[in-house]
Amino acid sequence: MRNQIPLIIVFATGLIIIITFFIPHEPFGSLEQRFLIWYSIVAGFTMLLGLDSLTRYHLVRIRDKMSGWGFSIVLLFGLFLTLGLGFYTWAKYQSPFTLGSPFMYLYTYVIIPLQATMFALLAFFIASAAYRAFRARTSEATLLLIAAVLIMLGRVPLGGWLEKQVIDLLDFIPGVHLTALKSLSIFALINDWIMDIPQTAAKRGIYIGIVLGGIAMSIRIILGIERSYTSGS
Amino acid sequence: MKFWEKLGELDRRIIFTIIGLAVIIPLVLKITMPIRVSETVRNAYHSIEHLPAGSIVMISIDYDASSGPELQPMLIAVLRHCFKKDIKVILLGHWALGLPLGEIALNRVAAEYNKKYGEDYVNLGYRPGYSALMVGIGREFRDFFAADYRRVPIDSFPFMRKVHNYDQISLLVGLEAGATGDAWVQFAGARFGLKMFLGATGVTAPDLYPYLQAGQITGLIAGLQGAAEYETLIKEAGTGTLGMPTQSVVHGLIIIFIILGNASYFVLRKKKK
Amino acid sequence: MIWNIIGTWIAAGLTIAIFSFLYKDNPLYKFAEHLYVGVSAGFGVIYVWAFDLKPMLIDRFISEHGIERWILLIPAILGILMFSRWIGKFGYLSRLPISFTVGIGAGLGITASVQGFLLPQIQGTLLPLTTINNIILVIGVITTILYFYFSHEFKGKTQYILRVGVVFIMVSFGASFGYTVMARISLLIGRVFFLLSDWLHII
Repeated sequence: MRNQIPLIIVFATGLIIIITFFIPHEPFGSLEQRFLIWYSIVAGFTMLLGLDSLTRYHLVRIRDKMSGWGFSIVLLFGLFLTLGLGFYTWAKYQSPFTLGSPFMYLYTYVIIPLQATMFALLAFFIASAAYRAFRARTSEATLLLIAAVLIMLGRVPLGGWLEKQVIDLLDFIPGVHLTALKSLSIFALINDWIMDIPQTAAKRGIYIGIVLGGIAMSIRIILGIERSYTSGS
Repeated sequence: MKFWEKLGELDRRIIFTIIGLAVIIPLVLKITMPIRVSETVRNAYHSIEHLPAGSIVMISIDYDASSGPELQPMLIAVLRHCFKKDIKVILLGHWALGLPLGEIALNRVAAEYNKKYGEDYVNLGYRPGYSALMVGIGREFRDFFAADYRRVPIDSFPFMRKVHNYDQISLLVGLEAGATGDAWVQFAGARFGLKMFLGATGVTAPDLYPYLQAGQITGLIAGLQGAAEYETLIKEAGTGTLGMPTQSVVHGLIIIFIILGNASYFVLRKKKK
Repeated sequence: MIWNIIGTWIAAGLTIAIFSFLYKDNPLYKFAEHLYVGVSAGFGVIYVWAFDLKPMLIDRFISEHGIERWILLIPAILGILMFSRWIGKFGYLSRLPISFTVGIGAGLGITASVQGFLLPQIQGTLLPLTTINNIILVIGVITTILYFYFSHEFKGKTQYILRVGVVFIMVSFGASFGYTVMARISLLIGRVFFLLSDWLHII
């Protein structure tokens, strides 16, 4: 029974949602809406799940004085500071979003720089990878490289600037008149064509495959064939 | 020979320093470059430009500070466009940590155009639920957003009294750093016929082109370049336009890195043979 | 005003602490990293309370009457059951809310995938083969799908179909790489702009 009830719930809820798609009238319509509201409420609780394992892990590190336990204190300090400021702001200002409040101060001067800078680091690593690892070893890799270079040129004003320099240089050759080409933005046109045609075609093909797999998985879940979501509890 | 070996295995900290300088110097020198507007951004622009005054545009903040430098300029440009045309704005989002960025932009741009909260724009805030939320508000907003982010009932706001679902929304602008854009297209666009265009980071944008070609979205603003293009169209330069010369310089540098790295590789490979 | 200046210096300090990782992993970076995780986790809790539990559950429970009020106990109990995984003996009860959310997600996913992706995308590929772009697009979609079709082995001359698919896939990966480079550089420009403009007032 312990294993059957979850499967029945999955089957019933999945089926109701699918039926409501085809029969949006009562009682299915309002039943689906109620389920969606409940889903939104329950989804909120899932966001709190990770908190327990995070706090427990770092409390154990502090208790046992493991290597780097000082940083665990920093983490828990950040957590409780945020909770304190958050509930204080929410009580005093009616919303944590209120600009000028302590909670938004924390967001503006701690969250934004930390979050943004973590990802800004990637710029350096991608440049390093482009230099040290991006090799045209095979014909496929060469094709990838060429497409990447064309996109990088066409996507930014650099491509237009380069075109103008090349056209100005060639115009010095007697008999060559390429000034009219300056307005064409060849690199930008190439960029647009690559994105609109071959890139779109490949992405569409890849995602059709992924979506078909997703549909198959969803059907398996609803029918109870796929039960991996029940493990780990 | 040793030169090519050293070139191929250059210390990455030297590469980091070169990249750092390549970003700093153009910003300090305030170099400017003309911005060419692409068709995808022009179509997005026209989606708002053709709306009559009093229309309602819904903006979804589906990013956070990690994608802020790309998407925040887009948000500011779109808000300026909406407020210039006296279009009402409803803000909401699926990324909890991104909503304050939306609030910051709303407050800043609303002040520029003397727009009033509750009369010209509303911030509904965040609710978890993702696709369930998208389908749910397609039936009735109040089932999920009975009050705005300040806990004020949305029926207190004059223009929100007639808003019940997507039928009253003229356009959705989704600002996407992940897969939420796909969800908007598949759940809200396909099921309810909600017209929309998307602004996306450079990482996400290529994946949205199939929707553009199939006509499921009316336009696409991709990355900082896209933001710069939109700023050009509304004739209000912002951080998008400011960043493009630097972007160009670094792109050029990375292309040089790729060429040098491959040159070293091919020379050494030839020597080994 | 003074608080904004202090805040800007805190933000700049944290930015430099994260950037210090470029030289090597160091205590300053670790401090910033752990602070980030702690503060982010705290934000999650506040948001769940302020934007989900309070408006969707508690306020609604207070304002509704009769069956509409008491039926809210169902999602409340399901939500609380999520935490039963922390209590070893009752961990199996957390399967109930998980099943509920998985069932809804699966049901929504099937209809959206078909109506919102498969049908429009196939329709977008049904193009008259009258222009070179249309021909390339249709060939690209078909050969890419065939490249990932593993139920049939392509031998001999039919392997060229897969080679065409690979060409399209490599072009799309190259385009994605180009766009990813653009995205990452933009993020760096944003942070450097903050340091030079808001902090040092150089620009």
